[in-house]
This record gives sequence, C-alpha cells and structure tokens, in this order.
Amino acid sequence: MRFSVKTGAPLLALALALSACGTSGGDDEEASSGGGEAGTCEDVAIGYFGALTGSAANLGINIRNGVKLAVDQFNDENADCQVSLEEYDSAGDPNQATGLATQAIGDDSVIGIVGPAFSGESDTAGPIFAEGGLPTISASATNPDLSTNGWDTFHRVLGNDASQGPAAATYIADVLESEKVFVVDDASAYGAGLAEIVEESAGDSVVGTDTIQTGQTDFSATVTAIRSSGADSVFFGGYYAEAGLLVQQMRGAGVEATFVVADGVKDPGFIEAAGDAADGTIITCPCLPPEESQDFYSAFEEAFGAAPATYSAEAFDAANVFLQGILEGNTDRESLLEWVNDYSGEGITKAITFDEDGEPENISVWAYKVENGEIVADQEIETN
Amino acid sequence: MSFLFNNFVELTVTGLVLGAVYGLVALGYTLVYGVLQLINFAHSEVWMFGSFAAVWVTVALGVAPGSALPVVIGVLLLALLAAMTVSGGVALLLERVAYRRLIRLDAPKLVALISAIGASFALAEIMGLRDRVAGWIGLRDTLDPYVRSARDNTRFKNPLETEGLFTVGGYTVSNVDVIIIVSAVLMMVALDQFIRRTRTGRGIRAVAQDSEAAALMGVNRDRIIRATFLVGGIMAGAAALLYLMRFGVTRWNAGFLLGVKAFTAAVLGGIGNVRGALLGGFVLGLAENYGSALIGSEWRDVVAFLLLVVILLFRPTGLLGESLGRARA
Repeated sequence: MRFSVKTGAPLLALALALSACGTSGGDDEEASSGGGEAGTCEDVAIGYFGALTGSAANLGINIRNGVKLAVDQFNDENADCQVSLEEYDSAGDPNQATGLATQAIGDDSVIGIVGPAFSGESDTAGPIFAEGGLPTISASATNPDLSTNGWDTFHRVLGNDASQGPAAATYIADVLESEKVFVVDDASAYGAGLAEIVEESAGDSVVGTDTIQTGQTDFSATVTAIRSSGADSVFFGGYYAEAGLLVQQMRGAGVEATFVVADGVKDPGFIEAAGDAADGTIITCPCLPPEESQDFYSAFEEAFGAAPATYSAEAFDAANVFLQGILEGNTDRESLLEWVNDYSGEGITKAITFDEDGEPENISVWAYKVENGEIVADQEIETN
Repeated sequence: MSFLFNNFVELTVTGLVLGAVYGLVALGYTLVYGVLQLINFAHSEVWMFGSFAAVWVTVALGVAPGSALPVVIGVLLLALLAAMTVSGGVALLLERVAYRRLIRLDAPKLVALISAIGASFALAEIMGLRDRVAGWIGLRDTLDPYVRSARDNTRFKNPLETEGLFTVGGYTVSNVDVIIIVSAVLMMVALDQFIRRTRTGRGIRAVAQDSEAAALMGVNRDRIIRATFLVGGIMAGAAALLYLMRFGVTRWNAGFLLGVKAFTAAVLGGIGNVRGALLGGFVLGLAENYGSALIGSEWRDVVAFLLLVVILLFRPTGLLGESLGRARA
C-alpha cells in the first residue's frame, strides 16, 4: 500500500483455503556451507523499520512479527550466531522516519533493515539509508517511484503498483471474461495511477470511467453511470472507505457487475462499510496468502497467537535474505549490501532476486475474494 | 448530455434524496442563525452523534434484515427516537458549554464562531477516540461492538430491506427513496407550523426579529434560545436516521463534509429562512447530481458551489431570502 489509512482490527480473519507444500524459507537453501563462519556474528543486529503505534499500527505489527519469527527461528538453529532485532517505530509518519533512520545509521551493529513499511516513510528515509550504506528490504512499500531514486541500498520483495494494475486487468479479461469494464478512481496518486494502468491494459473493453473524491459518501451519479453503461465489471482504484460505500450503493441500486479492487481495499474496514454487499468482491494484492506456506503459517500462529496477515510472509522472506547473508559471514553493511544485491534464493512467497534498482525479478499478484464476509485467497494471477 | 437526459429520473430522485438530508441538517444552521445571527459550526457534530445513536440501537437490538414489518418499524422508530434524543441533547449541551456564557456577555460574534469550531473538533475527536474513552472507564471489552474500529466506518444494520416500488423513466424508485423524501417534507411542514402557530414558535420569531423588544414583552430569551437549539438538534437526529437508511455507514468525521453542504443549502435557500433550508437542500442535491452527470463526478462540488455563487450574485439573500423574524404568522 502506498501509504496507510489503516486503523482497523487486526486482519485475523483470513480463512484457511488452499494448502500447499511451502518451504520453510530456512537457511539451508542457499547455503553451501554455513557453520564455518560461526563466531563472527557477535554484536550483529537487523532492524525493523515501520509503524508499531499510530493509526496504521496493525499493518506494521504484521510485518514486525514476520521479521521477529525469522530472527527467532534463526537464533534457535544457530546457537553460535545470535542476531538481535532492533525495532524502529516510525508510527508510519514520514517526518519521524528521518530521525529514526539517522539513529539506525548511527548504530554500527545494525547492518540490515526490513522496511520501511510504507511508501511515504520510504521516501523520506531512503536517502539517509543510501547515504549510510545500510541495506533495506521493504516488505510492503509499493510506490513505483521508490526504486528510481538511485538509492543503491533500496530493495523490496513485492511487486509495485505498476505490476498490480495489469494483473487486475488480466483477471478481469481472462477469469471474469468481462467485456464491459467500468473504471472508477478516487483521484489519489495511488488510486488514479492504478486505474489508469487498468484502463490502458483493458483497452477497448472499457465502457466508461468516472472519478470520485475521497471523503465522498454519495455516489448516486457514479452508480447511475455504471448502470447505464451496462458494465459487467467495475474496477475501483482507491482505498477501502470509499470502496465499501460505492459497492454498497451499487448493490442497493441493483447493479450486479463484479466489483474489482486492489490492495488498498484489503482490510476488514471494507467489509465493515459494505456489509453483505462486499460478497463476491475481487481484491488484487502483490502479497501471498499466508496459508500458502503451512510451516510458516503454523509457526507464526504458535509464536503470536494469531494467523499471519497481509505482508507477514513477505517480511519473513526479507529478514531471511539478511540472515542467510549474516550466516555466510557478511557481518558488515558493505558486504551484506553486496550479498543482497547478488542474492538468489527461494523464499516462501517467491523466488527472490533483485534487479539493479532493487525491484524483485519475480512478482506474484494474487486475487482474493470476499466470501461470507471474509477475505479469502482465490488464485494467483499470471503476470507479464 | 444525452447521459443526463437518458437517466434524468434516476438522477432527480437520488438528488432529491440527498437534498432532503441536506435540508434537514440545514434547518439547524438556519434556526440558530435566525435567532442569534450566529453560524453554529458544531451542528454537523450534532448530526454525527445522532447517527451513532441510531447505529448503536441497531447493534444493541441486532435485528436481521427481513424481519416482520412491525419489528422493522419498531426498530426504526426506536432508532429515530434515540437519534433525536442524542442529537437534541448534544445540541443543548453545546448551547450550555460553548455559547450561553458568550451570548450573556454579548461577546463578539467571531468569538462564538471560534468557540463553535473548537466544540466541533472536540466532539468529533471524542467520537473518534471512543475506544480509548471506554478504556478509561474500564468498559472497553463490554462495549466492544459499540466502540471498535473507532476511526473507521461503522455500519448501520438496517432492518429495512430496500425494495423497488414502481418504475419511472427506467428507474425503479425504492421504498427508502420515498420514505426519505416524504419524511423530510413532512418534518419541514411540521416545523413550519410549529414556528407559525405555537407559543414557543412565536417566541422564536420574536427573538429573531428583535431580541431586546421581545425580552421587554416578556419572552424568556434564554429559554427560546435553548428551544431553538433543541429543535435544530431534533431535526438533525431525524436527518441522521434518514441518511443511514440511504448510505448505510457513518464515521467520526462524517459530519464535516455534510455540514459544509448543509450550511451551503441553508445559504442557498436564504439563511434564517426555514422553508428556504429544505428548498436549498433539494436544489443543491439536484445540482450535484446533474453536474456530476454532465461533466463527471469529480466536478460535483465545483458545479454545486458555482451555482451558489451565481444565485447569491443575483439574489444575495438566497432563493427565498426571507428571515425567520419576518415569517408571516
């Protein structure tokens, strides 16, 4: 998500749906020799950077817990190489992020950062990490521009919004087999950007577009436009508050078109606002359903007493990239950065390699579906 | 253009529904302005508290949609009563805390205005922090269904299912559409009669016309001011329930935008004019819908406010332009 507007209850309600033989993302997949470097990881820490308090805390806590699980598992398996976890609570605030980033740079034991969690704080903290040569891997920031700033320390393990849009268009065309798409956006950088990409990808099947305003509650003119266009699917680029109201008013007016939205709507707040009208909504997200990897799912549940939520698995992967590097003897920032840049390995969410901008080379976008008031995984969407 | 004409009925009905809600909230602005020449900017929060009262009634009773008709009507009436009581109560509290002393001291209008804006923020934030407030008094868990997700949308579990009644010009008018428009007009007529015919109504008109002369004639000015706030609050409570029946959710800051629109409706109709408030609401609701249809939803506010400017240029006192004090008896 580009920035956070999250306040909702923890995303615990993800139902178990699919099962798959996930790999544990452990430390032996890449390693050819591990134990030989033992004893070199004294005073080594990786950091989590993102919100732990504030209105977006839930999303950040999901990510921190993924990192914490990876570190705890690592420490259990490597008694002679103990890595500690430093937490930098930015409250999701880009202004606080700069001071915290400077603080992280100043602590020599911190050699890798999982985060920053949101795009806004990534934007302000990014130059500081680049200056300090501290490698970062974000598990959740999706603003496409972040990787174009020339920060050689920046990496992320999930596809940005430029891959999510075409994926949504693919789903609409191939899975829903919709020939008439109506595209609505909320004029935000995130929503309008996504809607534009979907519109381009969907091409001739777009039968109409409209732009609403964030904070708007009456969508009757938009609903009228959707109905008179005869669309059989509606894509909405925006956040969950407006999405909930829009779909509820669509259903209230008898519009049956399938409602398709993106990761900004993947929140229980959407279901709360839309009620029964939310059922059948398709939500795309460049995030793996946590239940895809059973080992991870059960370990996470055991550790934190709750199911992993959005971006927990991505955070687990990001932390493991660092931890494997540390085990390989890369215990300073410079060599760890090199390790991350050259990294190639299987994570639990995907095969992880980074291109020269720090973008992941393998991207997976998943479609989720709302069923009986819960967001459940539907299927992976073919990208590119 | 053809889109507007092809869907004219639908846009008109949904515009009138929205306008009815604007109009009922606008009454609160207009009444207080008529009596005190003061814009009560916290009135939007009076509405917001009423909307939560209605939501909480449905949460507490937990009535499923599609229940028997008497049950549905009973729940809705209870929600209406709760919304009116809470809104009326908040309006009275507002008068007591934010205004009374300032009015007695004859403070400049700007001071009262700032006081109102402050009260508006305070009330909205209290609702947005209601989970913490419940935590302080140790009832966070007991009150969970009422206070959770305090900063997100809260849904009104409407016991009444939306049903189409009849079709005109390709649009099926629903029971909710009819209920909202008819209730708004009825309440408007009732209020108009109240102000024209009752003793309190005469007092309101007298104070609006000349509060000192009214006091000399034996009108209790403080009591009349309280009555004015109370009536405005009750109307806002009714508006809150009607709004929820149509839009289904409320939130701690939902009052702001609606308040701005309702205030606009009051000015459009002629601030201080009770009939003008509802007319202004309808005109604004229609203008927003037609404007959206003509050039896209992102222009709805531009169209609505352009209309306001144009009307005020030619009729500076609004459409009906008659003050509360000069209403014929």
